[in-house]
Amino acid sequence: MASQRVFQLGLRRAAVPNFLKLQPAGRMVQRRLAATDTVSQTTGQEILAKQRLQRPVSPHLGIYKPQITWLPSMFNRLTGVILSGGLYLFGFAYLAAPTLGWHLETPSMVAAVASWPAFAKISAKAFVAFPFFFHSLNGLRHLAWDLGIGFKNITVIQSGWTVVGLTVASALYYTFIG
Amino acid sequence: MATTRAFARLASRRAAVRPAAFLTRGFASVTESPTTSETVSPKASRGPISEKQTSTIKEPEPGKDAKIKTFHIYRWNPDEPTSKPKMQSYTLDLNKTGPMMLDALIRIKNEVDPTLTFRRSCREGICGSCAMNIDGVNTLACLCRIPTDTAKESRIYPLPHMYIVKDLVPDMTLFYKQYRSVKPYLQRTTAAPDGREFRQSKEERRKLDGLYECILCACCSTSCPSYWWNQEEYLGPAVLLQSYRWIADSRDEKTAERQDALNNSMSLYRCHTILNCSRTCPKGLNPALAIAEIKKSMAFT
Repeated sequence: MASQRVFQLGLRRAAVPNFLKLQPAGRMVQRRLAATDTVSQTTGQEILAKQRLQRPVSPHLGIYKPQITWLPSMFNRLTGVILSGGLYLFGFAYLAAPTLGWHLETPSMVAAVASWPAFAKISAKAFVAFPFFFHSLNGLRHLAWDLGIGFKNITVIQSGWTVVGLTVASALYYTFIG
Repeated sequence: MATTRAFARLASRRAAVRPAAFLTRGFASVTESPTTSETVSPKASRGPISEKQTSTIKEPEPGKDAKIKTFHIYRWNPDEPTSKPKMQSYTLDLNKTGPMMLDALIRIKNEVDPTLTFRRSCREGICGSCAMNIDGVNTLACLCRIPTDTAKESRIYPLPHMYIVKDLVPDMTLFYKQYRSVKPYLQRTTAAPDGREFRQSKEERRKLDGLYECILCACCSTSCPSYWWNQEEYLGPAVLLQSYRWIADSRDEKTAERQDALNNSMSLYRCHTILNCSRTCPKGLNPALAIAEIKKSMAFT
């Protein structure tokens, strides 16, 4: 094989003689157009450390395909923050209400909301209903996973879309009817 | 034949003619000039330049009724360390390309652009070298078919949220360090009962199915958002799967120590059951289940 290549190379050279680059005919091995130096271990480490400083991080969240695995997980965190944050905010406001002279007791709240326009009422209810139902239903999946149940890919996909469907149905029900 | 080869090598070494200076290309050594030493190193989070602003390298010889498909590939050259990464577009005739993404990459490298850099070895999904993000999902390029729909353009990125050595080659140093940290080998203090082998029953052996097949391609770890944000401390699905492989092994006597090493807020419990890992595993394994089993074994003992 090697001898064949030497022969071929020789033929090619004979056909197109290149007088600028004088090369012996035996030089059939790969010619690499790269200058390489031998450096000591420590210099190599220094070069590596400098290179590492320059490296970019590959793109991640922006390019990963939207999937039923990680999007609900993100929304689970988000809705958890909204719900617990809302609860804490209202709880502390309720505690501070007598001192600050606010009226947060049930009858006055009901009266305040009753005077709102329909659009504001519906959006406020939807803003609470969607996170509440999503977080509660998705919580059931998490409880199952903590027991080691429902880890097959197909099960995860089905349960994920089930949660999405049930969330939409129940949140719409409570927004408009309940 | 061997003598010919040795002779050729000898001849070449003696008369090695250095190519002209303008042809030489340094390897990724960082050249220091007085001006750059003061500038800060570029932001690691710099995103790639969109393919709309880069050129398209065309299929060299499209055949008759060519099925031309476009591939946008993430490129970054360490020889120009301060430059931004970019999405380079290539078009290929699918009739002249093999069925898998790796075939397309190899064809680009061989026939179109030899500077394209990626890892590959076995081309049959057993070495895990060609793990990359193809059309938004981490997988092995050699196991991923090229979608034959030529209207859709394919995008190839390196594994997400990793430091890039060049083009599609991520730096896996940390990943392998984490793997080493779980002591992936049999640990025993007592000798085998019969003085020969550590025996297992069929049931005990069956527990290792779905664990030992992992090829450490890092597809799962780099698909995990938790691993993206806490890479330094969270071990990631692949390494935890390996950890469970030894926890579940009936012959191993350091189970308690292994569990103890994971018993902190970061190593194991950064797993929030997002399940991207199981969804993306090109070998069809279930790292999320393995992690859940570790959590269970630590909670119920």
